[in-house]
Amino acid sequence: MTVVEKLKLHEAHPAYRWREDFPILRQKVHGRPLVYLDNAATSQKPLAVIEAEDRYYREYNSNIHRGVHALSQQATDAYEKARVRIQKYLNARSPHEIIFVRGATEGLNLVAQSFGRPRLRPGDEIIVSAMEHHSNIVPWQLACEQTGAVLKVVPMTDSGEFMYEEFERLLGIRTRIVAVTQVSNALGTILPVKRIIEAAHAQGVPVVLDGAQAIPHARVDVQALDCDFYAFSGHKVYGPTGIGVLYGKEKHLEAMPPWQGGGDMIRTVSFEKSTWNDLPYKFEAGTPHIAGGIGLGVALDYLASVGIEAVAAHEHDLLEYATGLVSEIPGVRLIGTAPEKAGVLSFVMDHAHPHDVGTILDHQGVAIRAGHHCAMPVMDRYNIPGTARASFALYNTREDVDALVAGIHRVRELFA
Amino acid sequence: MADLRELYQEVIFDHSKRPRNFHPIVDATRKAQGHNPLCGDKLTVYLKLDGDVIEDVSFEGCGCAISTASASLMTESLKGKTVQEVQHLFEAFHHAVTDDHAPAHDELGKLQVLCGVREFPARVKCATLAWHTLQAALKSELKAVSTE
Repeated sequence: MTVVEKLKLHEAHPAYRWREDFPILRQKVHGRPLVYLDNAATSQKPLAVIEAEDRYYREYNSNIHRGVHALSQQATDAYEKARVRIQKYLNARSPHEIIFVRGATEGLNLVAQSFGRPRLRPGDEIIVSAMEHHSNIVPWQLACEQTGAVLKVVPMTDSGEFMYEEFERLLGIRTRIVAVTQVSNALGTILPVKRIIEAAHAQGVPVVLDGAQAIPHARVDVQALDCDFYAFSGHKVYGPTGIGVLYGKEKHLEAMPPWQGGGDMIRTVSFEKSTWNDLPYKFEAGTPHIAGGIGLGVALDYLASVGIEAVAAHEHDLLEYATGLVSEIPGVRLIGTAPEKAGVLSFVMDHAHPHDVGTILDHQGVAIRAGHHCAMPVMDRYNIPGTARASFALYNTREDVDALVAGIHRVRELFA
Repeated sequence: MADLRELYQEVIFDHSKRPRNFHPIVDATRKAQGHNPLCGDKLTVYLKLDGDVIEDVSFEGCGCAISTASASLMTESLKGKTVQEVQHLFEAFHHAVTDDHAPAHDELGKLQVLCGVREFPARVKCATLAWHTLQAALKSELKAVSTE
């Protein structure tokens, strides 16, 4: 096979077609073609999502669940259709189990306050992992402060693996909640959530999953997982910002008090007493991000049409390719080398601070994230101020990885 | 790459790789810690004041090339100056790294190598961290601090 034939075969990879769906990727940054590798922070949006939001505002913008007029009905139908779409994507039992929130952060805060706080007593324990994003640490710390409960942390190995045996040791009669991420945003580690859930349930302990980093990379089936709650953000899975989902088992959601009060979440209001609306509206006070909800439904449709298995395989290939190339560069150390990883390549360089790496790569058109990635305890664990992080999405290609590697070599030249 | 070289000038590499006055001052009269939580940069500025005059100044910590070089260059530019002169210099420096239309300040001397940072808004805080920490140190209680 000639080099040209090999190239053609390579360019036939569907990722080159998928790229075409993302108009933002056609631009240049600092005179270089944009290589967007900051997907763990937020993913780009396919045209279908952009057009769905646009269409809502152009053609049927209206408030939902209250108007009797045509546009209101159309908006309500589209919003509720999106909820059903999300329910099916997650394989939840009922659309009532799908609560629209602003993002994973709000979803986790909702669970901590409405599910956690009322059931926690002084000395009760909440288990999290050492590699949580701040959004799955701080809401639990707030609940601990309010109730006298205690946060227990499952440590990780030097390579960034979840220490399952330590988890089993921590799981005890005082454990009330286990809240862990499915994929680490700073390291890319995939946690053994199925085993975690089985072990916790064997002790009667409910499990909350932070799915923000997992849902763009893997099929999620909440019934197969049997998790009690699952939170994710729309914008990391090709949907709009400002919209996300909290899935909760109906039995829990029914028993939980409302989190925020306002319109839409009530059945009746008087100055003596108000009564609550049915699920899921009990948790959806106020006018929601209607266009966002509709856009998120379209984003999941898009991902389903591409095929999450194909996406996962492609991203795995990119990660392997990048890991091989970057780990061979002298003076570069990978942070997070667990055997099971998804989508994230974090690294530090001997002579260049992550911020300098980020600025120099940016000038090559390569967008990565530099910093602590809202996971300060992970950075402390490695005794580093932060990392440079490249993270992959379905539209990335091996050429993007090559541009990253060339950029890292440029950093080495400058900082040698 | 010319514009990257505006930011990463040789003087900056020199000072980030071999920072000057990079040590604690055992008999410091003031000190303060600076932290940029966005990037994790942390540094401590030590001051030894003789009345109103900066007799000695140093720093320690870890940060990117820009923040380390800026701290190093700052310590070089302050010795022997009065607190009032330092305030004046701080204002001129702050102006120079944030305002595109800032006139050239001769008094900035070597500090002018950091002016390139104004083309990189995300990095301005790196260049000013040491100076803000200095401000905090000047405002701190007048007392000897232990480095142990």
